[in-house]
Amino acid sequence: MTWDWEFTGRIIPDLLDGLVVTVQATLVGYVLALALGLAVAMVRRVPVIGSVVFVAMEFVRCTPLLVQLVFVFFLAPSYLSAFTIGVVVLGVHYAAYTAEVYRSGIEGVPPGQWEACRALSLPRYRTWGAVVLPQAIRKVIPALGNYLIAMFKDTPLLFAITVGELMYQASRIGGVYFRYLEAMTLVGLFFLLVSVPSAVLIRRLERRYAAV
Amino acid sequence: MEFFIDRLPLYLSGAGTTLTITLLGAVLAFVLAMVIGTLGTLRNPAARGFATFYTETFRGVAALILMYWMAFAVPQITPYEIDPMFAAVLALGLNIGAYGAEVVRAAINAVPKAQIEATVALSMSWWRRMRSVVLPQAWAQMLPTFGNLIIELMKATAIVSLIGVADLTRIAQEQRTATGETILAFSGALVVYFVIAQVLILGMRLLERRANRRLGRPTESGFLALLRPPPVNAIGGGRQ
Repeated sequence: MTWDWEFTGRIIPDLLDGLVVTVQATLVGYVLALALGLAVAMVRRVPVIGSVVFVAMEFVRCTPLLVQLVFVFFLAPSYLSAFTIGVVVLGVHYAAYTAEVYRSGIEGVPPGQWEACRALSLPRYRTWGAVVLPQAIRKVIPALGNYLIAMFKDTPLLFAITVGELMYQASRIGGVYFRYLEAMTLVGLFFLLVSVPSAVLIRRLERRYAAV
Repeated sequence: MEFFIDRLPLYLSGAGTTLTITLLGAVLAFVLAMVIGTLGTLRNPAARGFATFYTETFRGVAALILMYWMAFAVPQITPYEIDPMFAAVLALGLNIGAYGAEVVRAAINAVPKAQIEATVALSMSWWRRMRSVVLPQAWAQMLPTFGNLIIELMKATAIVSLIGVADLTRIAQEQRTATGETILAFSGALVVYFVIAQVLILGMRLLERRANRRLGRPTESGFLALLRPPPVNAIGGGRQ
């Protein structure tokens, strides 16, 4: 069997639909991972609850995303869509990573800054919001950006729980026409088209923030 | 508990498959990372171009897509049928190898310039320089990130269940269908994955400690020090 251009043209609209879902899932999941990760990183500084959260996140980080997805998919109530479940699990999984990134940023803030806040008796929300986080987050922006690309590359797993993203569309087309070559190859190309430019972008970001 | 005692042999055989794929994939990824990473540090533009092409391609495409491509598309254009397990090892090795190559390249480039100049002054050959000066130092720097990568590889092996290999994930799914006990079936698998990860982490920390000791750097001794989480600067170097 060789490459069929006519067939390729016919399946592109379906694949583009899948690409839209892939991008949506990545973006929503990423926002969730950023917010939840920050919360986890802050809670980790609280004595007992912090340790509990740390162990829980360690568990999430050391077990496969695919199993977590399928597990939650079968447990979740039926009124939740596969997309919702997929995005939430993706977000929680990556929150375990972003929390560590935030932590390294927060620990990089000089202790003198905390002491100064206490000396000025700034309320806690001001200490975090006006002093610690602006310095911490600035330093970890490239690392956080890397996780956006990593997440994008993990979205094909969502097809295991029937989310209609790229991989799902490709494997559906493959199943219907018994031709996997064109669809699978196009999916690979789509991924390259997104991840190569974003890798270049992240490298630029890294250079820019490293100079500070 | 009865659920697990009855099914322990099944879960263990699944874990065996998971471990086999992890180790084979890790060997392939390691060899690729070392070779391609070193190519990336050479002055020859062709070698560097090839290294960049390899890393960008195989990092850019997710391992699942690579695996599906090998398992379903390759038999349609060539007369060969790739065994699912082999497709998985190949896809994971190529994918993680690309991440590893970047780590190796960065670690080699991070060896202080003055040391390279010293080896030139002593008229060491390229091999000699790599073997006795560059690699021992780069090695100590690579190990923490390699530790993260092997965990990523181990977790990524779960995708082989999608093409029908009876790994830990597959076993858990079958047990769920057979008994309807979703929570038990999956938590069992998750705990086994977690244990495997902890063993791998421990092993990598032992290697790290040995590498640092050979360089004469201070290391903490005792078993308990291995259980503590690593310092902050070792984190965040995973799959990026």
